[in-house]
Parts: sequence; C-alpha cells; structure tokens
Amino acid sequence: MTKKPTKSTISRRSFVAGTTAGAAVLATTSIGFPRMARAEDTVKIGLIHPVTGFLAFPGAQLRYGSELAIADINAAGGVKSMGGAKLEALLGDSQTKPQIGAAEVEKMHEAGVHAFSGCYQSAVGIAASAAAAKYNIPFSIDVGVSDTLVTRGLENVFRMMDGYGRIAKDAATNLGLINKAAGSPAKTVVIVHEESLFGTGTAKLMGDYLPEQGLEVVEVIKHANPTRNFDNIALRIKSMNPDIVMPINYPGEYVLLARTLRQQRVDFAASYSVLGGGFNFKFVQEMTDLAENMIDVNHWYDPNSAFGQELRRRVEADGKFFTMEIYTAYNSIRLLHDAFERAATTAPEAVNAALASSTMDPLFMPYGPTRMVNGQNMGSRAVAIQAQNGDVQLISPTEFASAEAVFPRPKV
Amino acid sequence: MLDEFMLLGMMPAAVVNGLMFGAIYALVALGLTLIYGVLHIINFAHGALLMLAMYAAFYLFRHFGIDPYFAIVFVVPASFVLGYALYRWGIGKLAHGKDENILLVTLGLAIVIENAAIFFFTADQQTITLSYSYDTVDLGFVFLSLPKVISFFASLFICLLLWLLISKTDLGRAIRAVAKERQGARLVGIDVEHIFAATYGIGIACLGAAGCLLLPSFYVDPFTGNIFVLVAFTIVVLGGMGSIVGALVGGFIIGVTESVGGLILGESLGQIGISLIFILILVLRPTGLFGAKS
Amino acid sequence: MKSLKSRNGLLCLAGLVLALLIPQIIDNNFYIDVLTLVLFSAFLGQSWNILGGYAGQFSFGGVVFFGTGAYASSILFRSFGIDPWIGIFGAIAAGAAMGAFIGFISFRYGLKGSYFALITLAFAEFFRIIANSVEFTGGGVGIFIDYNPSLTQLQFDNPAGYYYLALLMTVISLLIAWWLERSRFGASLVAIRENEEAAEALGVNAFRCKMYAICIAGAMGGAAGTFYTQKFLYLDPPIAYGIGTSVEMLLVTIVGGLGTIFGPLVGAFVLHSINEVARHYLEAPGLSMIVYGLILIGIVGFLPNGLIGLFRRRQKKMAGGDDA
Repeated sequence: MTKKPTKSTISRRSFVAGTTAGAAVLATTSIGFPRMARAEDTVKIGLIHPVTGFLAFPGAQLRYGSELAIADINAAGGVKSMGGAKLEALLGDSQTKPQIGAAEVEKMHEAGVHAFSGCYQSAVGIAASAAAAKYNIPFSIDVGVSDTLVTRGLENVFRMMDGYGRIAKDAATNLGLINKAAGSPAKTVVIVHEESLFGTGTAKLMGDYLPEQGLEVVEVIKHANPTRNFDNIALRIKSMNPDIVMPINYPGEYVLLARTLRQQRVDFAASYSVLGGGFNFKFVQEMTDLAENMIDVNHWYDPNSAFGQELRRRVEADGKFFTMEIYTAYNSIRLLHDAFERAATTAPEAVNAALASSTMDPLFMPYGPTRMVNGQNMGSRAVAIQAQNGDVQLISPTEFASAEAVFPRPKV
Repeated sequence: MLDEFMLLGMMPAAVVNGLMFGAIYALVALGLTLIYGVLHIINFAHGALLMLAMYAAFYLFRHFGIDPYFAIVFVVPASFVLGYALYRWGIGKLAHGKDENILLVTLGLAIVIENAAIFFFTADQQTITLSYSYDTVDLGFVFLSLPKVISFFASLFICLLLWLLISKTDLGRAIRAVAKERQGARLVGIDVEHIFAATYGIGIACLGAAGCLLLPSFYVDPFTGNIFVLVAFTIVVLGGMGSIVGALVGGFIIGVTESVGGLILGESLGQIGISLIFILILVLRPTGLFGAKS
Repeated sequence: MKSLKSRNGLLCLAGLVLALLIPQIIDNNFYIDVLTLVLFSAFLGQSWNILGGYAGQFSFGGVVFFGTGAYASSILFRSFGIDPWIGIFGAIAAGAAMGAFIGFISFRYGLKGSYFALITLAFAEFFRIIANSVEFTGGGVGIFIDYNPSLTQLQFDNPAGYYYLALLMTVISLLIAWWLERSRFGASLVAIRENEEAAEALGVNAFRCKMYAICIAGAMGGAAGTFYTQKFLYLDPPIAYGIGTSVEMLLVTIVGGLGTIFGPLVGAFVLHSINEVARHYLEAPGLSMIVYGLILIGIVGFLPNGLIGLFRRRQKKMAGGDDA
C-alpha cells in the first residue's frame, strides 16, 4: 500500500476564505491529482468499497484482499504482456452511498483508471458500474448479490462470484444432498431473513427451491435491520419446531439470533444459513461453543488447496480474518489482471472482450475455470461449510469436502 | 403458519421480553430526557457516546477481564467527566446559545466520534461471551436470559439513584432550578454553566451505565449506538421531555409495544408501532405522559 | 444602496454565466460530477431552507418528500409507462401532497420547535417501514431503473447532462427563495419565525402560510427524488427515507446560512469540497471523516451565522452600515 503524505495543512481560514471568495473553480482544480502525471507503465485499478460508514468492516476486508492480490501480482512480474507493467490501486470510498460511489468512478476516470473492482452494496454497484459504462471501462464486481448488476446489458460489467439467484439454488441442492446422506431426517424449514433486497430476494427463491429437495418451508419470518431483540422470533421458531432454521441476514443479526436461539433452548437439526453474514472464522473462533455445527452456504475457499492454505496463513499472520470478502476481492483482481495479460493493452474494448472470454483458474476456490455468460461467471459455485471444533470445514459438495457433515447436530 | 391461539399463548412471554429490553431503552432515554429537560437541546451525539461506553466496557473485559456489570464502576464516572468536559469546553462554548448550532456541534461530534472509532477500533463487530451468557431464569412460560434480567434490575436501580440525585440533593435542586428558570437561578448565585455541564455529564453517565448493561446481550461496532437513539427519542417524547419517571414508564411501554407489535405484525412491519406511538403522542399530547405543561 | 443592488444582480448574472460555461471550461468529468452533487444538495437544502430557514420550522425528516417523489416517478414509469420527464411533475405533486398531509397534521395540532422536528422524523421512519412492507414500492427489494440515456428518461450519457439538469433545478430553487424574500408571503413566514403570536396579531394567517411553505418544500423535495433515481438507477426504502439525507439537508443549509437565498448553495459547496479534499489526502478509513467533523464543528464555532454571515458582514462594512 502506497502511503501518500497527508497534506491536511490547508488551514480552515484560508480554505474557507478561498472558496467563499467565489474562486470556486480554482479551489477545486488546484487540488489536482498528483498521481495523474505518472507514466503509462502502470495499470490503474480503481477499488470502490464502503470503508467508512456502517459497512466499514466488509469494506475494509475487500480493500485489503484487493491490495493483497495487487501486491502478489506485482511481485510476480505485473502484466507480463505489457512489459511487466505494474498494477496500481486507486483507493475509493463509497461511504455506503450510491452517489459517492458514482462520483468515485468519475474521479478515477480523470485519474486515468483502467478497470474497477467493487462495490459490496448492490445499490452502489449499480450506480457505479453504470457510470463506468459511459467510458466502457471494465468493472469487476467483487461482491454484489443483486442479479440486476449483470442483467442490464452493460458490456463492461463482470461478476466472478454468484449473485443470490444461483447461490439460492446451490444452497437448496447442498441441503438436499446433506439431508439425503443422513437418511432424510429433516422435513421442515423456518426461514428467518432480513428485510432488504438480499434477504427478501434470497428467501423468496429458497421458498421455490426447497420443496424440490423434499423440504417444506413452514414459516418465513422477515425482520428489520437492525433488530434489537430476537426473543420473539426465537419463541416463534420454537413453537413451529422446525428441523432446519435458515437465517439469511447480516452479521449483527446473525449472531444475535444464534445466541437467542441458544438461550431460549430451541432445538433443531441444523442452523443452515445462506450467505450468513456472521458466519466466518472470527465467529467460529470467538464463539466456538455457539458456532459448533452451524452450517452456512457461501463463497468459500477450497480448504484442500495449498494456495488457499498459504493465503489464509498470510492473512492471519497479518492479524486479519480470512473472510469471504478477501477471496472474492483477491479473485476479482486476478480476473482483471488475467484479462489485461491476454489483451496486452489497456484499451477498454479489448479488455472487456478478454474478460468475456475469460477461462481463468480460480486457484483456491472449489470450482473450475471462469466461464462468462453476459458478464456472469457460470463456472462459480457456492458451497456448504460447517463449524467443527473451532474451525470451518467444507462439507458439501463431497468432491471438495474437507470433513464429513455433522447432521443432524447432536443434542446440546 | 401460526394460528391466533398460538400467538395468544406467546403473548405473556412477549410482554415480559418487552419489559426486559424496555428497562435498558429507558436508561438510554434517561440521559436524553435529562439533557433536553434542562438544556433544551437535542443531543445528536447520543448514539455515538453510547457506542463509546460500549467499547469502554468491551475493552475492559477483553484486556482486564472485568465483567461488564462491574465495569459500570469505572465507565460511569469516566462518562460523567467526558460529558462534563464536552459541554463545558466544547458544545457550550461553540454553540453561541443558538439551537441550530448546538444541533450541528453535536452532529459534528457524532461524526468525529464514530469515525474515530472506525480508525482506532476498526469497524469489526465485537461481542463478548460471559460464563453466564447462556444461563436463563425460567419463569415457567418463558426463559429469560440471565444477562437481560441483571440488566433489567440494574436499570431500575440506576433510575432510582438518578431520581434520588435529582430530587434530594443540592445538585439536583440546582439542576431543577436551572431547568425551570435560567435567569432566576443565575440571580440567586447558581453557576448556570456549571450546572449545564453537570447535567450533560449526568446524561452521559446514564449512557455509560446503559453501554455496560447492553454489551452482554448485544454487539458493538462504531454505529451500534444509533440503533437505540430513535427509540430513545420516542421514549423521551412519550414520557414527557425532562421526566425521569416518564422515561422509565415510556421505556416499558415502547419495549412492550415493539415486542408485541413484532409478534403480531412480524419483526419488520412491527417496528411501525413505535413510529405510530411517536406520531400520536406528538399530536395528541405533546407534553408526554408525565411532562409538565409548557 | 441602489448601486449595490444592481451590482449584486450583475454578480448573480456573472455567476450564472460561469455556471453555464463550466462544462465547457473544465474538461474533467469528476469535477462536473461533484458540482452536480453540490447542486443537488443545494436544491435539497433549499427545500429544507424554505420551511426551516424562512418559516423557522426545523424538520429532521426532510427526506420524506424526496423519497415520496422518488417513488412517485419510479412507480409511474414502471407501472404506467409514464416517462420521467412527465413523471417528475407527478413527483412534484406527490411531494407537495405529502407536505400538505404532514403539515396539516402537525400545524393543525400546533406543533412547533423540537416537537415539529421530531414528528417529521417519525413520519420519515413511518413511511420507510410502509415502503418496506407494501408491494407496489417493490418492498425491501426496491426498484431498479433501466439504464437508458435519453432526455425523456432524464438520463444522460455524460455528466454534463446531469449537471445542466441540476443547475436548472437549483436556479429555479434560488428564484423561489428570491421571490420569497420579496413577497408578502415571505415576509409573513419570517414574521412567523420571529414570533408566531405577534404575526397572527398583525393579521398573518400562520396556519395557511406554514401550509404553503411545507407544500413548496414538499414539491421541491419530490423533484429531487426523480433526479436522484434517474441518475443512480436504484431506489429502496433506506435510500428513500433514510435519515442521512434529512441530516444533509439541514447541514448544508445551517452551515451556509439559515434563511438566506444562497446559504444552501454555499453550504453544499463548502461541505462537499471539504469531504472531497479530506478523502483525497486521507485514505485511512475514518480519518477523512474525523477531519470533516472537526471542520464542521469549527465552522459552527467561528461562524455562528453560517458562511453567508461572513459575506453579510463584509457587505455591510462596504455599504457603510453598522456591523450589528
């Protein structure tokens, strides 16, 4: 990460006086971009993430994963087809707002950006990638669940990971497999989902897919963001007595729900979440007892891959948690790098074409090479993972499994 | 699907759960109502300061193993000092006595505190697990989590202490005098600026206690505090701005409304009960249940 | 005095010409985009200013008009195929109607000061929850707007298009404020702000005046909603009715100067500039916003009458008036 000198020496008085004197244009243009004048031997990648605001944690993880990938690629010789041109990160902060995310696109375009990676929130991704479409600049979505991101016909937008549409399908299929392998002990599901696009959209699809797996959805409970108290929801679940509890929500609510279910002595065969916001190494390590045997379906790394193990070790040695944001960000940058390598130019049309024909090996992810259809990678897949003895194991599909599923979970 | 009979069966449990959380809501609202009642300012930094108290309790637990309930002993005085200083040398000085400026100063303060939290603590969500986190009290028809029960009684106790402080001590008398008649209080020799700062300090001290009591049953990140602020505003208006008893009763009413509303309408639409009470009480009885007629 | 007035008129004209030329002068889409956001904030701020600045009715829920307008034109387009350039009038009408609704309930029951501020906050939250729970708003999933640049869609394939649209809206908002300062109606609003009882004693119908003010504010907020959705292409309940926008509206106005024509514009310009400059130099998460917050507190502390107050003082001195 390149640290620039922090020139916050513009005094309040001179700044205010300067701007209010009507020298509007002068004041802003004089800020300038010191990095603009750089030579053409770098490939500039704009990272747009919510690093401040209420999503600052995933935002910071995404930025970290992206910078890690850029550092690795540069250490390995940069873009070789372009004479070893180095990747350079332009750091952007969407502040969780679509308008700021779109403004970052304009700012980075002026700074000569060659590709973007972002944005976590679908709302920001939609606004920012549309802004980038005006210049046809390649835009790789690292995290963004809405399928609208890739169904708008924008030729510059690509997504390596799945949206919630295909994840819901994977989640249902894996649950069906796990259940069948155990002799189909589970029959009923209660879905608990958050109220926005992610939770509502995924829950609706699960309602369609689960019956195909012989599972009946007996109740769908929607909750607000944030929900302060899950006691009532726990009571409802208890009264329905389902075999599976399926949370589809954000980290805070995910953990609160899990704790409340335990306090209220709600008994079930498994907690099986879809893109469970709170399910990660931090949760599993800090609340080992609570997390034990909880299952999640997510973009997860392949625990059997040597590269994945090494990456995890490095990230953890750096004092960070190896969350899914890091994998998605890392591969999003690799996807862009691979396209630059094959296009051997930064011309947007050529890079977009290279992205569209990408067949990149995802290295440490449990699936095969990239296969882009209208900007969506159809080669990716979400897997089922389970907390076991303070670690996370991949349990389904079995060809990538690092451990057998504990299902149904033993009585607490 | 749940039928009405089952809903009815869950009602007593929902009411009790609502009361448990209502007591903590009341504590958050207590600080707000006190500050409003005496200084007539709406404190936009309330959520940020609550978050700060929760982080204080969190780090005391993580680094020194201090139980959050015991941490109250440290966090409350520290919060008082912080609040006193913030008002005496910050808000009071910078606002030039204008309401709109107080608004902006407290807003600016909230922005600074929240982002300082991101910078220093990172935005990572933190939770703590105590040895008794999953212990419960069995009332027969409902399990109550032990941390919530402790918080409930602690909140009641703190409300009582605050009530004694305001109604029985010299400081309390001075605060009430300033609340009622600023100029008059000044004339009889009360240091009004000191009383203002002390009131703000006490308000923030309430938040300090609330932060410690919330932590065991919630999580903390740089934006957690705001989750409780809108609820606290509703409680302040419902109970009557400036009324301690009102904040407590209001806290219970809102806690139960939220809980029962969630049970009947679902936890998403159920939140509407709070907004409706907010609007209705403002329209029909803006002085609140226990507020003095202005 | 007369020369001063005509001089101010000339300055405004020069400012307008400069604003019109900016996309030609500045060959940098980022600055155009940021200036568009400035104008958008200024427009929203003016909506707040008419009610909060001139009429003295502070609201914490100014976003409610914005959200209503945003939903109105989006739903008109999605469900009835009405293009946004017509839909924006539907948004204006919906915003005004929302103003009339909230105004009637609040003013009919005599809510003032912080009580009025809080009821607007409650209404914004109320409608956020409603928008989340009903079908025709798309519920929590929200509404996606197709990317389809054309004038009838109020979508443009270059930042200058949005800039001119925002400029047009801002000029209209300035003209409204200018008219307000000269009209009897505006004088009545100011009288209500200073002392409602006294104003009524002088024959001002306070209820009616406040109703007009909140409807104008509502109409403006509604128009802003259409602009937003056509530029950013997605709308959901937290965007439509979230408190962030309400805060921004009052922030730019108070920092710039309450109850002044140019206050919201100056406030929006300065605050956005600070945000961009701080972000540019301080990349560590949180740091830039700490600086932003401190500068905000500083402005309030040193310029209690807003940034416009700085001009006023200077102008008065030049005109030989007393520095009150």
